[in-house]
Amino acid sequence: MATLTPTTSPPGTVPRDSSPGRGDVSRRARRRQAFLPFLLLALPTGLVMLALGYPMARQLVMSFQEFGIAQQFGQPAEWVGFANYQAILTDTYFWVVTVRTLAFTAVAAGLTMVVGVGLAVLMQRVATGVRVALQLALLFAWATPVIAAVAIWKLMADHRHGVVNAVLSGAGLTGFDGFHWLQAGTTPFLIVAATVVIWASTPLVTLATYAALSQVDESAVEAAQIDGASTPRILWHIVLPIIRPVLILMAILQVIWDLRVFAQIYSLQQTAGNTTDTNLLGTYIYQTGIAGGDYGMASALAMVMLLLLLALTWRYVRILGRQGDLR
Amino acid sequence: MTSTTPLRPRRTASRQALNITALAVALLWIFPIYWMVNVSLQPNAQMRLEGPTWVPLDFTPDAYLGVLSDSSFWTAMRMSMQVSLLAVAVALFSATLAAVALSRFRFRSRTAIIITVLVVQMIPAEALFISQFRMLSGWGLVNTTLGLSLLYVGTVMPFIVWMLKGFVDGVPVDLEEAAMIDGCTKVGAFFRVTFPLLGPGLVATGVFGFLVSWNEFTLALVMLSSGGRVTLPVWLQGFQEGMSGTDWAGIMAGSALIAIPVLILFSIVQRRMASGMVSGAVKG
Repeated sequence: MATLTPTTSPPGTVPRDSSPGRGDVSRRARRRQAFLPFLLLALPTGLVMLALGYPMARQLVMSFQEFGIAQQFGQPAEWVGFANYQAILTDTYFWVVTVRTLAFTAVAAGLTMVVGVGLAVLMQRVATGVRVALQLALLFAWATPVIAAVAIWKLMADHRHGVVNAVLSGAGLTGFDGFHWLQAGTTPFLIVAATVVIWASTPLVTLATYAALSQVDESAVEAAQIDGASTPRILWHIVLPIIRPVLILMAILQVIWDLRVFAQIYSLQQTAGNTTDTNLLGTYIYQTGIAGGDYGMASALAMVMLLLLLALTWRYVRILGRQGDLR
Repeated sequence: MTSTTPLRPRRTASRQALNITALAVALLWIFPIYWMVNVSLQPNAQMRLEGPTWVPLDFTPDAYLGVLSDSSFWTAMRMSMQVSLLAVAVALFSATLAAVALSRFRFRSRTAIIITVLVVQMIPAEALFISQFRMLSGWGLVNTTLGLSLLYVGTVMPFIVWMLKGFVDGVPVDLEEAAMIDGCTKVGAFFRVTFPLLGPGLVATGVFGFLVSWNEFTLALVMLSSGGRVTLPVWLQGFQEGMSGTDWAGIMAGSALIAIPVLILFSIVQRRMASGMVSGAVKG
């Protein structure tokens, strides 16, 4: 298994398929070959630099500038140093939104992982027909376009015509008769949002974990069973080490996707009407920048969100890099 | 995916309970999609009755006909098609070059580039759309197919490179070597031997990129902000906000019309996508 240490072989030579060396001709060929990978990488790298790299650099610059409505109409942007960051970090509302976002991420990503892995373990132990049915159901949820998914859940959670309230009040919880999930405050709103997110992102965790579980060596598990090891111990000592890289990758992706969540919150907000009580970082950046026109401040907010993401995932990305097979 | 069951429960009763639990979960997970189809086939008056209608007995295709006769739906459909196809074509072509470079060559900064691909794919659009919008507006590319496609290329490229590299790794290099011994150049060997074998991988990866672009909402909302042509997800959002906000059947029919092609495409290639995602670099 390769590690993150740089490859020691000299550039241009390929350990597995070293071309036969025969004097001048091959040296020229080898020099051309050393140049070829960079030629191949030029176009993809250029496109990514254009779409992501350049905006990233520009955003960093803009986060240190006063860049509002006046600058959009041609006034030069003024350097303000860390003033944007200072304004953000001393704003109580920023901290409210940040804590809310972190709580949302912890709950949504945590539940997604627990349910996702639980379903993968379940899927291994059921009849084939049942497993196929579950896989199909999960696939459909995974593939549903996010805005369509939000529309469906909005309808199901509607206060008057929603099936959720009908079922809840039918089950004796009459308090939910006519309960307005989206306008009843921060928590009910975020419960709906988290439900949409978990419904849509659990399938990937389940299917990836299931695929990883099927790589577990059956004979090792059977040997442990014969030796009298309990199921939890087998899961912990034999199965977990094998599926760990996949679990870490999935957890990182969930944290990233939930921390930056935008579409679901935005679409639900448009129906709810209230944004102050329901903003997460993604929608807050949108309102500050696109709707409010304060690009300097929004850039600084986005940089803070990136730093937050980095701080939360960096350790695990490194673990993954060390474990992962970077051939 | 193989059907190995390493932790085979011994008792059939507990196995039966697990089967029932799994079936219940499957029903719970498919229910929202069933509900979308159910409501889309009911007249709107049905929604105002006491209690939900579980099965669309008063079957009517009116909601679908309403959406299909709406010209804004077709404008959005064309826009979505153009943006997604352009983005996928460009991303697939250039990602193939990158995947070959990373899979078939050993060069100095190779590992660094692979790690960069990993990290870039983790940068969310939500953290960049402010300056992406400024950039496109500076170039006069806001509200254009070209501008949005460029951003989608950037969004899907790292993942596509990642998946394609896995597929190229999967084609034995010996095949190319054999062709080179027979007189092919390295490039020629690649195009004659490896490239045809990549077909399924290219299809799976292309479909993946297409679906990401087709479903994308955030960037489309921001970059197509000032009226004019929008993509289907933005159209659906506008449909919900507009006069037809209580036209549940219409909204569900619109959702279904966007989702169903995706569900079909997705079921066809999902197996390769899931394995490509996992095996691209992370092998147990």
